[in-house]
Amino acid sequence: MTLTKKSYVSKMVNELKPSGIRRFFDLAASMEGVISLGVGEPDFVTPWHVREEAIRSLEMGYTAYTPNAGLFELRQEIAHYMEKEFDVSYHPQNEIIVTIGASSAIDIAMRTILDPGDEVIVVEPCFVSYVPMVELAGGKAITVQATKEHDFKILPSQLEAVVSERTKAIMLCSPNNPTGTMLNKAELKAIAQFAIEHDVLIIADEIYAELAYDEDYTSMAAIPGMHERTILVSGFSKGFAMTGWRLGFVCAPKPIAEAMLKIFQYQLMCASTMSQYAAIEALKNGRSQVEKMVKSYRRRRNFIVQSFNDMGLTCHNPGGAFYAFPSIKSTGLTSQEFAAQLLQQEKVAVVPGDVFGESGEGHIRCSYAASLEQLQEALKRIERFIQNFK
Amino acid sequence: MKLNAQQIEIIEILEKDARMPLEDVAKMVGFSLEETTAIVKQLEDEKILVRYISLVDWTKVEEHPGVRAMIDVKVTPKQGVGFDDIAERIYRFDQVQSVYLMSGVYDLSVIVEGKSMNEVANFVSQKLSTLDSVISTTTHFILKKYKHDGTVLETGKEDQRIVVSP
Repeated sequence: MTLTKKSYVSKMVNELKPSGIRRFFDLAASMEGVISLGVGEPDFVTPWHVREEAIRSLEMGYTAYTPNAGLFELRQEIAHYMEKEFDVSYHPQNEIIVTIGASSAIDIAMRTILDPGDEVIVVEPCFVSYVPMVELAGGKAITVQATKEHDFKILPSQLEAVVSERTKAIMLCSPNNPTGTMLNKAELKAIAQFAIEHDVLIIADEIYAELAYDEDYTSMAAIPGMHERTILVSGFSKGFAMTGWRLGFVCAPKPIAEAMLKIFQYQLMCASTMSQYAAIEALKNGRSQVEKMVKSYRRRRNFIVQSFNDMGLTCHNPGGAFYAFPSIKSTGLTSQEFAAQLLQQEKVAVVPGDVFGESGEGHIRCSYAASLEQLQEALKRIERFIQNFK
Repeated sequence: MKLNAQQIEIIEILEKDARMPLEDVAKMVGFSLEETTAIVKQLEDEKILVRYISLVDWTKVEEHPGVRAMIDVKVTPKQGVGFDDIAERIYRFDQVQSVYLMSGVYDLSVIVEGKSMNEVANFVSQKLSTLDSVISTTTHFILKKYKHDGTVLETGKEDQRIVVSP
């Protein structure tokens, strides 16, 4: 059958760029004996007490839909948790929606706030789906580049240079995927001030908030004056090691949250019921497990960052998440070339930095959510690989 | 001896994997190799790091004899020395691997190793229960080790994650 004409697919989707990660995945997946530092998820299995709670919910026969915004008990736990851990206050009744991962939260946020042609400033390097999600919502993504010179922290002056009448929001992720950079309170304040001055929203992707290694995490919504203009996106995937459960949540002021819920109820009805029961347990009793994982990531972060710097691939110290983002410019290769050759020659999979945005070029994303043995071996291989370029 | 956060971190790393190269340990805690080596030496001198041992799964070794039993021992403590005296009289036996003072319905938990159940039974009846202060013993043989010191012994664990993900 060759009847399917390309024109059946919408112009917008036709023009959507395929994810740069996808191509790399296909290549790496076809090879044997690959050590992967390309994995964007924890290497921990979800703690048993959480898994057990999901099993119990199935045994009890809790298999029906939940309210659109999620189980009320879960929203109460989220409200309590966010208040206690991050000093932000949201009402479980109408300011919190439980979503299918953070991705669906970002999607409904974009579709809620954007009219055709509205602009969203997207700070790059960033997660690969921000720009497509803006575009799919009919908006226009205006990218700005956080650079290595400032440890991949965006400066208000850079935002100033691209802000326009049509700017509706800034898309920000801290701790960041792929750079690991975490913005401190003062840096958040500076961006907040810009947002207030220009009357724009901030969509804060705080999915890695639990994974902060050197200082306490500050939420954008906790900055004075920002509660009313922040759409806070978070979830259970990274901090609680629950990626496959597909469970996120979004907190926003009532008028925005209620508008988002309109979309979510038509689009997805509600998040998976058993995942929601598991998440209640994670929030109630999971803190010590999270702390254990954080401790383990911190050790590995220190190890990988020091090792990269020792071998001459300069790497800033990432304050959170589980990615190191070293520069590979000294090899003279582009990040695509570096990643492809490293995979071919040494069977180590990393993600070329340019897939996350222009300023990611010249860098590679290395996830240290891998066992120490794997990290030790991978670093040995990378060190051997870069000898070719000295 | 009061330890700081980095010293404790070094201990925790080595407790998990005693063969971790000190060079790597140093990177993990943010010290130089020299500093780390000095700290480890000090911890060894202080007998905080007592010994580096291997966790062995002997069941995989064919025809390797050996059984382990955990024995609950009730004793009469002695004036002045409490349980220490009888504990020492018990741990001096080579067959005894561990001795712990316990809270609860019995006093000492004794782990004994022998080549056969018979050998352990003989030890309990002839050596342990005949000691003056020992009132009673209850012997539990270990039939299978599933998890030991945080490590699951029989595991088909494979990384289930996809190779590259955003």
